[in-house]
Amino acid sequence: MKWFTILALALAIGLATAASPFASSSPDGLERVAGDKGFAARGESRDAPLFDYGTDSKLATGVAGFAGTLFVFALAGGVAMVVRRR
Amino acid sequence: MHIPDGFLTPEVAAACAVPAIGAVGYGLRRASRELDERRVPLLGVTAAFVFAAQMLNFPVAGGTSGHFLGAALAAILLGPWLASVVLAVVLVVQSFVFADGGVTALGANVLNMGVIGALVVGGLMVGAQRVLPQRRGVFLAVAGAGAWLAVMAGASATALELAISGTVPLGTVLPAMLGVHTLIGIGEAVITVAAVSAVMSTRPDVVRALPQGALA
Repeated sequence: MKWFTILALALAIGLATAASPFASSSPDGLERVAGDKGFAARGESRDAPLFDYGTDSKLATGVAGFAGTLFVFALAGGVAMVVRRR
Repeated sequence: MHIPDGFLTPEVAAACAVPAIGAVGYGLRRASRELDERRVPLLGVTAAFVFAAQMLNFPVAGGTSGHFLGAALAAILLGPWLASVVLAVVLVVQSFVFADGGVTALGANVLNMGVIGALVVGGLMVGAQRVLPQRRGVFLAVAGAGAWLAVMAGASATALELAISGTVPLGTVLPAMLGVHTLIGIGEAVITVAAVSAVMSTRPDVVRALPQGALA
C-alpha cells in the first residue's frame, strides 16, 4: 500500500502542478449555461486565499495545484485517521 | 459544475445541505467501522487525485470546457458513503481556499457533485454484479456508464435547484445542462475507466466495488 500511495499521490501532485496551468480556461458546463441563459450575473464573487487557482499566471496556477493537492491529501487522510480512532 | 453564492435561494441551499450533511455524516460513521490500515491512505490519495483531476479542464464543443467530478471513481474505490466524504473534503477546500463554489451553496455542490453520483454508481455496480457476467471488460464498461450517468444526474439536480430557486426556468436550464454535460460525461467516463483500470492492474484488492474473487 505504501508504494501505491506514494505513486498515486505523486501522480496527483504532478498533474495538479505541471498539467493544470495548461488546462482549458473556457467556462465549464454550468458557467457556460449561466452565460447563455443570462443568470451568470447573479453569482457573487468573493475573495479567497488562492482565488480561482491563481489564474494570473501559469506559475501561480501550478503552485496553487501543488499546495491544494497536498492540503486535500492531508485533510482527507487526517479525517480518516480521526474517525478511525473513535 | 460548482454553484457560486447567489444562484440558489437560502431555502433551496438549506434543503440541499440537509441530505448532504446526512450522507457525509453517515459516511464518517461507516468510515470508523470500515477503514482498515490500508484504506486510510487510500481515502487521502483518492481525495488528492480527485482534486488534481478536477483542475484539468478539457475543451468540449464551442468554447466550453468540462472537468472531472470524481464521484464515480471514489464510489468504485471506496463505496458511495466514503466517496461522499471524499468529495465533501475536496469541495470544502475548493470553496474556502480557492473560491471555487459558493459557501452557502456548499451543501448543494456536495449533493450534486458527490452524493448523488456516488449513490448512482454504487447502486449500479451492485446491480450489475448480480445480472452481468463477472469479467474485467464488463466491470470497466459499467464503471464508464456509471461515470457518465453520475455527471448527468448531477447536472439534472443542479438544473432543478436553479429552477426551484427561480434563477432560471426548468424548461430552459435542464436541456442546456444535459446537452453540455452529455459531452463532459464522456470525459468523466474515460478518466474513470482509465483510473479504475490502472488501480485494478496494480492493487485490485483496494477496489471496493470489485466482487470477491478475481474477474475473468
